Amino acid sequence: MVTFDNVTKSFSGHTVISDLSLEIPRGQFTVLIGPSGCGKTTSLKMINRLIEPSKGSIFVDGQNITKVSPVDLRRQIGYVIQQIGLFPNMTIEQNIEVVPRLLKWPKEKRHQRTRELLEMVGMDPKEYLGRYPSELSGGQQQRIGVLRALAVAPPLILMDEPFGALDPITRESLQDEVKKLQTSLGITVVFVTHDIDEAVKLADRIILMKDGEIVQNAPPETLLAHPANDYVREFIGKKRMKANYDVDLVREIMNPRVVTTTRDKGFAESINLMRKRNVDSLVVLDKEGRLEGVVTVENLRAVAGKQHIAQIGEVEMKSVPTISMNAQAREAFDTLITEKLPFLLVVDSKDRVKGLVSKTSLVKALAGVVWRDDEDDE
Amino acid sequence: MMNKSIAILQKNWPLLQTAFLEHIQISFFSVVIGIIISVPLGILLTRLPRLAKRVMAVMGILQTVPSMVMFGLLLPVTGIGKPTAVIVLTVYSILPILRNTYTGITEVSPGYIEAATGMGMNSLQTLFRVELPLALPVIVTGIRLSSVYIISWATVAAIIGGGGLGDVIYTGLDRYNHTVVLMGAIPASLLAIATSFVIGRLARLAIPRGLRREGNA
Repeated sequence: MVTFDNVTKSFSGHTVISDLSLEIPRGQFTVLIGPSGCGKTTSLKMINRLIEPSKGSIFVDGQNITKVSPVDLRRQIGYVIQQIGLFPNMTIEQNIEVVPRLLKWPKEKRHQRTRELLEMVGMDPKEYLGRYPSELSGGQQQRIGVLRALAVAPPLILMDEPFGALDPITRESLQDEVKKLQTSLGITVVFVTHDIDEAVKLADRIILMKDGEIVQNAPPETLLAHPANDYVREFIGKKRMKANYDVDLVREIMNPRVVTTTRDKGFAESINLMRKRNVDSLVVLDKEGRLEGVVTVENLRAVAGKQHIAQIGEVEMKSVPTISMNAQAREAFDTLITEKLPFLLVVDSKDRVKGLVSKTSLVKALAGVVWRDDEDDE
Repeated sequence: MMNKSIAILQKNWPLLQTAFLEHIQISFFSVVIGIIISVPLGILLTRLPRLAKRVMAVMGILQTVPSMVMFGLLLPVTGIGKPTAVIVLTVYSILPILRNTYTGITEVSPGYIEAATGMGMNSLQTLFRVELPLALPVIVTGIRLSSVYIISWATVAAIIGGGGLGDVIYTGLDRYNHTVVLMGAIPASLLAIATSFVIGRLARLAIPRGLRREGNA
């Protein structure tokens, strides 16, 4: 959809983009990301000729953009900017209809389209058409900003950190909405952000930039699983890397807080321990910390009324499958799911219990791929 | 005293009426011509920022020249009468409007300009659909300020035969007659206040609701 061909841009001797070649695929959500000054916004603005390259050419839909007048080019490309994009002197209706008016759409068609767009995001046209931007919340304003870019159904939309100024909750819901619109309308989106969470959430493809060059261009999963170098690794953040269950080992994703006991512990003491730690089973270990078995609440209940039991070792124990702490996390999850087990115990090479893997670990590992895992498990 | 004043007022009523209308006329033309010159000039200057500084400086200096001097300088060229008065007052009306037009437009947030350009407006469309409407409250403030100045300075125009309420005031001064002086001065002041009020009201109608919270005109 968009092709950069050896594009260089320098501002008064200072090179911002150096020899950038890039293919932005049609119908996909491409995110340009990097620290400020990396050239991501400059790259974006060169697509609609708000900034002209010093060297090289850019093609949109196979056409060299210098062959089209900038004004015509821009009317065919949706554009959403940071925070204040809406014109405060115009109503919501007038704001959405800016480009349709520039393209001289008949009034009927314009009005119908505007209503359709508002309904698409669940905003009642009757209520919002006549309002001014200052009468809307920040989130609603930026929602209108997105609709305005969609007004003439352009195949390509550029977004320059559109959600940077919004509170986290509003931002999340707008991200969801934009992603939904992009998928359902099959449009190509080029999106600039410096927020890796936003990038991972939205992107089909992430282009990580630094000092005017591409460091890595890959789908989010690949970027997370196989960072090209230390810079990428650092940018992504350590926690996110660890949470990527594709490459992790069992010991990195296991829960080390196993509630254990030994054979000689008292019965009442053990029940009290279960109650306190809020678990339904205890892992029984021998003196060296090796696994003896698991006592579940069912086992305890079966014997509780019938005979007097002094020590936990007298209760019948269940055997539970174990996995080596150096096995692949993926293997542990596969076993959990196919065997329909509540948990797997993790053991070291000497059969000592080191932790457990449950479905909760799986959920955490998966979530960590998408969202930053702020909780420290260690 | 009171009766005497009323008698003077009655006697001079037709004169006062003429002077009042003349005053409105001179001020009105001066401000309108001032707007016609300074709004386009202000817009032009926003496109030529280097020239803008110099033009503003020159206008600032012109503003400080006492009106008496200006009238004196122009008398040999344009003679006695209303045209000279209107020319001089126009010069004075320009600066506030020019300055507000210029700053009003240059202070429009670059974000709006970028949005307009990025959506495919050409520079004229950006000017008329975005920059001017957003600068309107500031421009109107300039016009309002200018009108109040001009209405008060128009009293001086009487010296060079410009007519208006200044005539009444000078007549009063000549005759050491306070009543006659006030007969000119009070309507001139009321006119200035009323004009300011009316322009403020008109601006409220002309400026879209979305802009009213920022710069009240």
